Amino acid sequence: MPSPRYWREIPQRYRLEASKCKGCGKVFFPPRLVCSSCKSREFEMVKLEREGKLITYTIIRVPPSQFTDQSPYAMGVVELNGGVKILSQIADCNLDKLEIGQKLRIEFRKIYNEGEAGIICYGYKCVPA
Amino acid sequence: MVGIIGYGAYIPRNRIKVEEIAKVWGTDANSYRKGLFVEEKSVPSPDQDTITMSVEATHYALKRSGIDPQKIGAVYVGSESHPYAVKPSGTVLAEAIGATPEIHCADYEFACKAGSEAMFVCLELVRSGSMEYALAVGADTSQGAPGDALEYTAAAGAASFIMGKDNLLAEAVETYSFMTDTPDFWRREYQYYPRHASRFTGEPAYFKHIIGAAKGILKKVKLEPKDFKYAVFHQPNGKFPLKVGKLLGFKREQLDTGLLCPWMGNTYSGSSPMGLTAILDEAKPDDLILMVSYGSGAGSDAFVWKVTSRITEVQDKAPKTKEILNNNKNYIEYGTYAKYRGKIRKAE
Ligand SMILES: [Zn+2]
Repeated sequence: MPSPRYWREIPQRYRLEASKCKGCGKVFFPPRLVCSSCKSREFEMVKLEREGKLITYTIIRVPPSQFTDQSPYAMGVVELNGGVKILSQIADCNLDKLEIGQKLRIEFRKIYNEGEAGIICYGYKCVPA
Repeated sequence: MVGIIGYGAYIPRNRIKVEEIAKVWGTDANSYRKGLFVEEKSVPSPDQDTITMSVEATHYALKRSGIDPQKIGAVYVGSESHPYAVKPSGTVLAEAIGATPEIHCADYEFACKAGSEAMFVCLELVRSGSMEYALAVGADTSQGAPGDALEYTAAAGAASFIMGKDNLLAEAVETYSFMTDTPDFWRREYQYYPRHASRFTGEPAYFKHIIGAAKGILKKVKLEPKDFKYAVFHQPNGKFPLKVGKLLGFKREQLDTGLLCPWMGNTYSGSSPMGLTAILDEAKPDDLILMVSYGSGAGSDAFVWKVTSRITEVQDKAPKTKEILNNNKNYIEYGTYAKYRGKIRKAE
């Protein structure tokens, strides 16, 4: 991912900012411009909760090149308190002991480095609570 | 009155025991365990650094303060392991907590006292009335060269403090600094690991500056060691802070609550600030706390804190430092540690 896109996505990657439809109340993460339910274009910013539970996960053993050093690692669908589901890496966990339904919380982590000399990309990951 | 309105600490989960390091280098673990009073130290995961730990500690500080991050006027991160050589840590922290864009930002450096420097400046900015709140962080993911004595203690952690004028949980009664030019520990540009002057780091460096700062502030506030419930000093190992406390006339029970190094290691810029968070977790209204940092180079910042009645309302609003230290630990072997800390040379 090139730096400009990383920079544009800082509000959602750093602060979990989502968009809540003013028409029907549906929350979108990442934020959207048009509501998929009621087609409204009016949204308010809401911050997602930082705790949740694991819905499902998979272990990545052949990752994209910038994640090679981290493999194997877990990617999961996590339902945050409030009901919004996000896709997130599950860090600081024993891959053999992950359990559907287990409690997780969000932590701020390095996602990857753009090489030795490039920028460091930060964002959210989930860790066992 | 100015002082602390919110505080928080963060410690990575990974730990390595002194025995595990000693085994690799063929040294006597007991000489470190008994001689320096260190049992184990924290190790950051590969995706953690000074910035990520600062963000977590600050989330906890915000929970305890209950303030809107938009009202924070300054963010200062003190560290000797800022992830970038050029580009501030504070910009990422401020963005992550939602405190941008009306905010003053700078990274601080002064070996292990960069965190207390940030605390000092934040207090004065709030006192001057130029801002309502100011955020100070001390954090490090310190490295010791493989096989060096520092490798047994160099650890990772962060402490975060929000300073303000109202709703204080601890008032800054007095501050005092003591500094000379003393080359006891340094790292030149482009050098990966720091260098130190071995035994020279003790008497003329650590002890001289901490004692100078402690005596200076006690004289300024007209208090004696017996007036304090707690004292916390910089902790390069478990032994030095106990020794300097004794030399100053403090008793062991005044020192134990803030002593984290034997089970956490030396978190450099986070060291005495994290000890202060552990004390605030247990303190009661009207308790007096003496805190003295130490940074090689060399200097000490001293603070006298007086705990207020608000402390009991905030202690349980975020995880306590000793809970973080004692829960969810993950013991790793030297190989994993070397990989996590980038000590293994790989093919390009
Ligand atoms: Zn809608």
